[in-house]
Amino acid sequence: MAITLNVNGTDHQFDGDTSMPVLWYVRDILGLHGTKFGCGTGQCGACTVHVDGQAARGCVLSVQDAAGKQITTIEGLDADGNHPVQKAWRVNNVPQCGYCQAGQIMNAAAFLSSNPDPSAEQIDQQMAGNICRCGCYQRIHEAVAMAAVESKEG
Amino acid sequence: MLKYIEQACEQNVELNQTPQPANRAVIAKMTRRRFIKLAGGGAGMVLGMQFLPNTALAFEPYPTGADGMPNKTVINPQVFVAIDPDGTVTLTAHRSEMGTGARTSVPMVLADEMDADWSRVVLRQAEGDEPKYGNQDTDGSRSLRHYVQPMRQMGASVRFMLEAAAAEQWGVDKARVRASNHEVLLLDDSGSPSGETLGYGDLAKAAMTMELPAFESLSFKADDEFRYMGRGELPMYDLHDITTGKARYGADISLDGMKFAVVARPPVVGATVNSVDSEAALLVAGVEKIVELPGAMPPAKFAPLGGVAVIANNTWAAMKGRDALKIEWSESPHDSYNTTEYSEQMRATAKAPGQVKRRVGDPDAAFANAARVVAHEYYQPHMQHAQMEPLVAVADYKDGKMTIWAPVQSPYGARTDVAAALEMDPEDVRVDVSLLGGGFGRKSKCDFVIEAAMLSKEIGSPVKLQWTREDDIRHGFYHTTSVERLEAALDSDDKVVGWRHRSVSPTIFSTFMADPGFTSDLEAGMGLVDTPINVPNMSIEAGEAKSHTRIGWFRAVSNIPRAFGVQSFVAELAAELGRDPKDMLLELIGPDRVIDPVAMDMKDLWNYGEPYEEFPNDTARLRGVVELAAEKAGWGAELPDGEGLGIAAHRSFVTYVATVVKVKLADDGRITIPEVHTAVDCGFCINPERVASQMEGAAVMGMTVAMHSGINYENGAVTNSNFHDYPVARSDAYPQNVHTHIVEHPFSVHATGVGEPGVPPFAPALANAIHAASGKRFRDMPFGVRV
Repeated sequence: MAITLNVNGTDHQFDGDTSMPVLWYVRDILGLHGTKFGCGTGQCGACTVHVDGQAARGCVLSVQDAAGKQITTIEGLDADGNHPVQKAWRVNNVPQCGYCQAGQIMNAAAFLSSNPDPSAEQIDQQMAGNICRCGCYQRIHEAVAMAAVESKEG
Repeated sequence: MLKYIEQACEQNVELNQTPQPANRAVIAKMTRRRFIKLAGGGAGMVLGMQFLPNTALAFEPYPTGADGMPNKTVINPQVFVAIDPDGTVTLTAHRSEMGTGARTSVPMVLADEMDADWSRVVLRQAEGDEPKYGNQDTDGSRSLRHYVQPMRQMGASVRFMLEAAAAEQWGVDKARVRASNHEVLLLDDSGSPSGETLGYGDLAKAAMTMELPAFESLSFKADDEFRYMGRGELPMYDLHDITTGKARYGADISLDGMKFAVVARPPVVGATVNSVDSEAALLVAGVEKIVELPGAMPPAKFAPLGGVAVIANNTWAAMKGRDALKIEWSESPHDSYNTTEYSEQMRATAKAPGQVKRRVGDPDAAFANAARVVAHEYYQPHMQHAQMEPLVAVADYKDGKMTIWAPVQSPYGARTDVAAALEMDPEDVRVDVSLLGGGFGRKSKCDFVIEAAMLSKEIGSPVKLQWTREDDIRHGFYHTTSVERLEAALDSDDKVVGWRHRSVSPTIFSTFMADPGFTSDLEAGMGLVDTPINVPNMSIEAGEAKSHTRIGWFRAVSNIPRAFGVQSFVAELAAELGRDPKDMLLELIGPDRVIDPVAMDMKDLWNYGEPYEEFPNDTARLRGVVELAAEKAGWGAELPDGEGLGIAAHRSFVTYVATVVKVKLADDGRITIPEVHTAVDCGFCINPERVASQMEGAAVMGMTVAMHSGINYENGAVTNSNFHDYPVARSDAYPQNVHTHIVEHPFSVHATGVGEPGVPPFAPALANAIHAASGKRFRDMPFGVRV
């Protein structure tokens, strides 16, 4: 029996393996490649998407469990790529290789929507779920702090 | 790295040899070309010096190691530059982007010299074709070191041609025109802009079909005329796409009819498939086919390990199918590899005399007559690159041609290796390069690309071959494990009169040839024989260590354990003698001098393939970064209990880096790093913003190396699997407030790379800071997170 998956505001019917993680569904079935595969076990955050506005690990969340919910990928975060977090990422020249950054941005965006005025320690604790092997943590921190200020003021 | 290894293998270099007399040709062969360039000269034109940039001596060509690389450099603007009628300038980026910024910084040099407006520049990533583009092997911190000159020369050529085309169109002498920010200005009699201009797009057709100007006729910008170089104001080219998810990495390629594959590989290097039961795997929905892949016993260069591939119509099905395979693996000669025992063997080896790599004075007498001897051993386990993008490649075999898309550091190397593995003509293989989600040396080795190519040819469809994180961690080309034993002989005045450094580590060469069993001359050139330590009696030795896995290069290679050993030991000596560690370091580095292998009457120190005359090992520059980092870090100030500063310095890849790490211990003993000051001397700094980003990243990777990462083996197999048992630094504990201080130089001080050199000094600086904060000395990596 097909399930309905809403991704970036559009409903899709899926009658395949319902144990398939959302990561592979959006990548292989829908062809949305912004969400990345990093570890497959929910440890690195490269696959972070939003499910009903909350950050979730796409590699360990099955499509069965995501059915009927609003899934947002990096492609759907902001139509013009101008979410305050995305803008702050660019102002701070955060990325090196860039591979983990979609997941970092999705985690930061969900975090700031629930905690618009985080402390420095809260930022570091929240972002600790996302690994950046290039080591952009200092700039990630600065960008999240900047986006928090902009979100508040904006 | 590969080029140097292959060169050594081809020349059948005896790796176990004792030092030979110096190759006196090393420096003598360098004939320095001195071009004093006068603007416009040589083309028979009337000069208008006052209208042109100050070009005399603005750019004096110098030889680099690029001349010794396969396919050298190509200097042909018609290959690297295209200009559309609308003015869009397309530049070819021929080096791979894995996070260093090379894809931006290298073409940026060309854009600057041709005075293009970067906002009107688009980049095209080159396919693997070294005869066309020159060497593309993106490692060894070489991209800018080797390409800053070709890029400037091509930029100057294009600017010349655009100016010549404009002059012709206006019917004036070339001296009456000047290129400026994507247009050519017509000058009036006084040399001021007349207001009349022609855009680069207007001139493109005439300019780009012109005969290329002779080098002698080119003019080059003076340093103060650079629009982009040295400024660090341009964001990396792919920044916007990265933040919006549009940037394309290896797995982001989709082809019609493409299948998805994962491979079950032997747990122990050298094991093969005895039997496979694929019945259950084939029942998994979406699984279409099971294919056995041949493997190779080391030394096998980059040949795949072999195993069993599962082909499916999506990645998840392929992974589930693999889980359902029942495979019996053969025995392997490496089944007995256990890293705990192996490390003890290495320590035992390090205690006995080894193969002498370099000898100064009479070290035996110095140690025999010493008032006392200080000796310590420093250990590093194997490490895996753990780049965020697991290995992946897309291959499409059709009508006798192979087309590949992959995140590779050496696309031409991958192309030739695929051709060889599949017995194809390299002309029938094309390798296109995506962005790399990190590389750190792993993506120099194209085993995964060969796997994809084999599978596509076998099944007759395009295929995306995906490695999982577990695959990456268990089937890598691992950073060598090592024991570095340092000994100092002290006289009765506590002066260091003898120095012994014995390095025991399996060599990278074991991946390419019958295992020589000792660290190679090439690896010895990374912080062992090229040491800046200045003690009258020294013995630099290597101990035997046979390899039992695939050893490969990891960012900064052997410099990591060597710097950890030497720079920790210097601080230990300081503590032993009640001296300031920075003063002790500077004293041991000794007077300012160039470490010259010819003067020392010893063999080649390698020098990262660079000519010594142009890229000297200059201890004054090492001292310079030590003093700069110390000054910026406030070295010498009193710190509260539980805090401490540590310093370390190291030259690698002909770049000098010193790091001062501040450690603050939490109440529960957790090690925190609230501040870091890194000084870097990379000659003329082309992109300071990316240099800072590399130094920040090197601090994080250095912390991971020091505190977290170690690959372990039991019964021949890697016991780690994913980030829970191969942890890396995360944002809940990372080096904060990393300040990068760049030594300023004019363009005449040759630009060098920064991708690797930031890593080696970090671990010893951290160990030294932990000691200063707590009194505890870590000599075995990884330290863990608490004192």
